[in-house]
Amino acid sequence: MMKPRIILDSKHIEITVTRLCYQLIEVHNDFSNTVIVGLQPRGTYLAKRIQKKLSEILKNKDIKCGSLDITFYRDDFRKKELIPTPTEIDFIIEDKNVILVDDVLFTGRTIRAGLDAMLAFGRPNDVELLVLIDRRLSRHVPIQAKYIGKKIDSISSEKVKVEWKESDGADRVTLLSNE
Amino acid sequence: MSKLSTKHLLGIKELTADDINLILATADSFKDVINRPIKKVPSLRDITIANLFFENSTRTKLSFELAEKRLSADVVNFSSSSSSVKKGETLIDTVNNILAMKVDMVVMRHPNPGAAVFLSKHINAKIINAGDGAHEHPTQALLDAFSIKEKLGNIKGKKIVIVGDILHSRVALSNIFCLQKLGAEVMVCGPTTLIPKYITSLGVKVEHNLRKALEWCDVANMLRIQLERQEIKYFPSLREYTMLFGLNKQLLDSLSKKIVIMHPGPINRGVEITSDVADSDQSIILEQVENGVAVRMAVLFLLAGRV
Repeated sequence: MMKPRIILDSKHIEITVTRLCYQLIEVHNDFSNTVIVGLQPRGTYLAKRIQKKLSEILKNKDIKCGSLDITFYRDDFRKKELIPTPTEIDFIIEDKNVILVDDVLFTGRTIRAGLDAMLAFGRPNDVELLVLIDRRLSRHVPIQAKYIGKKIDSISSEKVKVEWKESDGADRVTLLSNE
Repeated sequence: MSKLSTKHLLGIKELTADDINLILATADSFKDVINRPIKKVPSLRDITIANLFFENSTRTKLSFELAEKRLSADVVNFSSSSSSVKKGETLIDTVNNILAMKVDMVVMRHPNPGAAVFLSKHINAKIINAGDGAHEHPTQALLDAFSIKEKLGNIKGKKIVIVGDILHSRVALSNIFCLQKLGAEVMVCGPTTLIPKYITSLGVKVEHNLRKALEWCDVANMLRIQLERQEIKYFPSLREYTMLFGLNKQLLDSLSKKIVIMHPGPINRGVEITSDVADSDQSIILEQVENGVAVRMAVLFLLAGRV
């Protein structure tokens, strides 16, 4: 049996997203040369939240946010069944500062594939990674996030589930562990 | 559903409607990929594919080769005109020799119906049928379905007429299976001699009057007369065929609605279709070719997932 334990509830997620936004503003000022790219399928919810919050804080409706599908760039597509999702990037990444967004950073392989996939849209000036949950101690490749919602120490048999109001009915992060 | 129910693509007959929809949905993603500035993805970089063409082909061969290269697969090509087949080697020997060089997938066109099925039983690689005699041409049917869906939004309930040499056409048979599985109504139209006797047992309508067929349909798929497969004369003259079953602008404009015109190529301009129809804004012939690459990428990608 998987025993669920809530790590972040909806209030905490709201606070965390707001903090991440202020950290982003600290570095990227008015976002005139910065774009947000969420990794499909789950990272896009967080990316849209960040975009919305940033627009509120900066009173700027023009913050660019896209979603990137990485199915064709994965190194493990023959080991599991993967369904491609749409890529929606209607701006140019060339010479932009890109903030890659995903919900959970675990082995780092998804991000590696994301870096590859992004290059099909141009050569960015600078790429940073933002994640809601960083599962430390479980990396397979040398990739680290610059902006982190919450760090957790978990073993690989445990699962982190991130749920969003838009798709799952509520904002919630739970840790599922085998008992 | 994220997995095909078959290990090979031998014909549309073996596919389920879910399989076809999965291929079309995946092709959508690949159409997006091939319209990017960098048209290539690394998905199949560890796969080697042999294209074995025992029969002439321009479009299908190029389309498969492009699809394979866009997926970063390694590709070897073979055509029977320049090979040891001429020296008397059997099909299994030829293919086994190629497989001994560690090939993961085989794309094959062959003049004999059932060649792909035969091969899939004897060798250990994924087989994709790129046309076997007058039997099936599954990727053509899939790209036709994709093109119709793209143009009309949906296939279910649409009326499609296939005009021409149904008897010798693998495109017709695969299209009939594919469109019916997706819920379309299919009619065939042509001279009595070129309509197989038992075609109605597949549940298709038969019409011998082109105007009536065109008035009925939403989409007309015009086929070429396959003179190379005809050992006897099936109709008195090409000129007579053109007069009765050729589509010209005058006929097209006189219809009560705007229908979509398709052609699997190669076109014999002035025989089954006139130039002004082939190049008109109702024709989606070149879209079919573009979609062919995306659909073949989807098929290769989904089958490779099971290598």
